[in-house]
Amino acid sequence: MASLDDLKKRISSVKSTQKITKAMKMVAAAKLRRAQESAEKGRPYSDKMNNIILNLSGGISDIENAPKLLSGTGEDKIHLCVVMTSDRGLCGGFNTNIIKKAKLYFQKILDEGKTLKIITVGTKGYDQLKRVYGDNIIERISFKESKNVNYFDADKVGKTVIEKFENKEFDVCVIFYNQFKNVITQIPQEQQIIPLKTTDEETNSPDDNYEFEPEEDEILSNLLPKNISTQIFKAMLENSASEQGSRMSAMDNATRNAGEMVDKLTIEYNRSRQAAITKELIEIISGAESL
Amino acid sequence: MSEEYSLEIVNPEKSFLLKDDVTEVVVPAYEGEIGILKDHISIISFLKPGIIKVFSKSGEDSYYVNDGIIEFKNNNLSILTSLILNLKDIDKVKISEIQKSAEEELGNSEISDQERYLLDQKIEVLKSIN
Repeated sequence: MASLDDLKKRISSVKSTQKITKAMKMVAAAKLRRAQESAEKGRPYSDKMNNIILNLSGGISDIENAPKLLSGTGEDKIHLCVVMTSDRGLCGGFNTNIIKKAKLYFQKILDEGKTLKIITVGTKGYDQLKRVYGDNIIERISFKESKNVNYFDADKVGKTVIEKFENKEFDVCVIFYNQFKNVITQIPQEQQIIPLKTTDEETNSPDDNYEFEPEEDEILSNLLPKNISTQIFKAMLENSASEQGSRMSAMDNATRNAGEMVDKLTIEYNRSRQAAITKELIEIISGAESL
Repeated sequence: MSEEYSLEIVNPEKSFLLKDDVTEVVVPAYEGEIGILKDHISIISFLKPGIIKVFSKSGEDSYYVNDGIIEFKNNNLSILTSLILNLKDIDKVKISEIQKSAEEELGNSEISDQERYLLDQKIEVLKSIN
């Protein structure tokens, strides 16, 4: 059995760990609220954007000449995967879940004999992917220095993607991120952004006659790159809310576990203290008796 | 007959402005300014850098926008923009910052004529504000 001193030291070290995790939980909770708020505030923009694009793409009659960003290159050989993770650890399964989802997709792509290219956003994703897919990673981006998620960061990622698309470096682009559902649940998502997959949920009525200025296809070709940035921005917002949520629940668990550990150690400590006292008493009594 | 319609301005970070007593909005569209009154035909257009003027029952407001898309449909005007500033409480420092970066970009020889045109516009508008 460990000595009393050792136990005491362990108890105090567990306690100070508990203090840290508790503080982290609190910080995550505050940040979560802010992240959630901005995720909600960002929604109208991406919804509106989506709506306009749907209205526009519905009106395009000439599929052949449609912008490449909408219709794709017509091939399906090179896949670009943008894996969005956090820059910091200690957030439970947050990063691992995204990576797992991404790896499944990577495997599928490679099994089909297609080429895989990866862009990692956030350092944690790079750390986890570099060993197996190090050769496939063509770029890594991190926004460690920006405090909050902002549109300009997302725009930077979007522009990189579009530039690579225009240089014909890939045919299909998929982004991976965690969708925030609630504090306990975050759902890893894969979303194809190039070519754009239009959901058929909102088919607009044919009598919507829009006046366009400038021409329809010019608007569309200007709008699509913006939409990519917007989608990435949305993913980043979801991601940051998920990260904080995940960290909060992870830290909550850690705090609870530390509490349990302290309880256990305290009992052990008291027992061995009791045992030491009893032993000493017995020694004294038996010493006195022998006199 | 009321001549009001509703206006929504959103930027990526948040819903910037929501008004339902607007009588006229003048936007710096790509091919010239457009004034939009009630029952305008449905329109989608791009904005170039410029000033949006909003006339409403409660008064008149002006905003600077960097770029944007407008959609008008069923007497709802939506303006999507990446950067919008209210001219009332504008920050001179910020304006000159934007202006400076635009000028720098203009110095870059690799940009297309279209971009050059937009940047020229931008600088002109910013100068007029300052």
